Amino acid sequence: MPEHRYLDGELTPVACHECDLLQVLPDLPAGGKASCSRCGCTLATRPADPIERPLALAIAALLVLVVANTAPLMGLSAVGRHASTTIIGGAYQMWLQGQEVTAVIVAFCAVIAPAGYLLCLLIVLFAVRRPPAPLWVGGMLRWAERTRPWAMTEVMMLGIMVALIKIADLAKVEAGMGMYAVGALMLLFPAILSSVDTEELWARVAWHEPDPEPGPAPERELASEQAPDVISNSAPNAPETPSEASAP
Amino acid sequence: MTSAPVTAIKAGLLSCDTCGLLSQPASAAEPGYCPRCGRELESRRHRSIERTWALVIAAAICYIPANMLPVLGTTTLGSTEYDTIMGGVVFLFTSGSWPLALIVLIASVMVPLGKLVALSYLLITVQRGSVQGSRERTRLYRLVEFIGRWSMLDVFVDTFTVALVQLSPLMSVRPGAGVLFFAAVVVLTMIAASTFDPRLIWDAISDVGSEPASSRVNNPQQESNLG
Repeated sequence: MPEHRYLDGELTPVACHECDLLQVLPDLPAGGKASCSRCGCTLATRPADPIERPLALAIAALLVLVVANTAPLMGLSAVGRHASTTIIGGAYQMWLQGQEVTAVIVAFCAVIAPAGYLLCLLIVLFAVRRPPAPLWVGGMLRWAERTRPWAMTEVMMLGIMVALIKIADLAKVEAGMGMYAVGALMLLFPAILSSVDTEELWARVAWHEPDPEPGPAPERELASEQAPDVISNSAPNAPETPSEASAP
Repeated sequence: MTSAPVTAIKAGLLSCDTCGLLSQPASAAEPGYCPRCGRELESRRHRSIERTWALVIAAAICYIPANMLPVLGTTTLGSTEYDTIMGGVVFLFTSGSWPLALIVLIASVMVPLGKLVALSYLLITVQRGSVQGSRERTRLYRLVEFIGRWSMLDVFVDTFTVALVQLSPLMSVRPGAGVLFFAAVVVLTMIAASTFDPRLIWDAISDVGSEPASSRVNNPQQESNLG
């Protein structure tokens, strides 16, 4: 595990982002997860290999993404005529048929958001391999987090399948290379999401305000302030769960 | 369990919405910027209730034409047939693939409607200062956030159907005006879910048990999922 994850000691105070409850994160075992004691939302995860594994997966996903966007998704043949389409070809046809706004939404959710997310994440992952990464990496990370909810590869996959079955009633259809690539992408995206630890990435980016005196007090001061209470509170149960978890 | 839980806002702390860093702002009124990522700090999302209501109402308005107007028009040898979203579900059902019909029905009709109802319910209970079922309401919010994207299914189905079936004059499919409204419902409800601040659900509890913020710090539950 990288030793610089939390700047001093294992105990980090955090506020739950769904209920604002103040809690102290214990040192999590690799593969462990801490959830809020009040609302149950995930406070922190600690994937086993937070940089190299998502990096490898993201590179693979980028290659698959290129195939998914260039190879035909599906083809149709009826009475001696053949037609096929790609993802962006679908959005373009919508544009041609007078649905410009829908075409832009489809292009964004199907192509731009997944590609943008992958590219931003790749740049961040490369940059944080040697911490501290420069300030602009934080901006990239923010963009990656922003585009993530709009990348709808798995929804598109189901949409392609429903469309195929609908059209199969009217004409002969066959799946193309692109569809298999979208299927692979659908598996790669959740694998990337579960192997990335955003907190770990942020911890490896340089601080915007290197000198904490004039502005808000950073985490470090707070931790030392509340440390005695924290340790006495979490000492009994902190060693229990990790040891139980690190059995395998 | 009944003692007032210590939230970040009570302890005079703020967690950054962008990078999650907990920091102590100089003043609560003007928290300034996050020392780590440099983004503006705010204890709760700005005008969360008003913005979410505006987006929910806009989405509810779009929901009507999304279901009334046709999403697809199929032209076969000169005669054109228009299909609404429900028409597409019925088509899938009668052509024998009822599991798909069920998926499309859930994703395109029930999920958008459920999202509008759920977000309205969350907004109303927050505005009333309800303290009951906060955990369940947070779970409902999480469900709304998770499930929202799946409503885009029908937009993708229509797009690829239109893109592929272009065999004029034999047969061609054109998109109808309903697609735009339907896509608007999905996008608006997704933005509405992200402007709603789930911490507001819990603020009512903190306000009721108004003990001075002690230095008691809560311990999160730990679990590990090693395969």
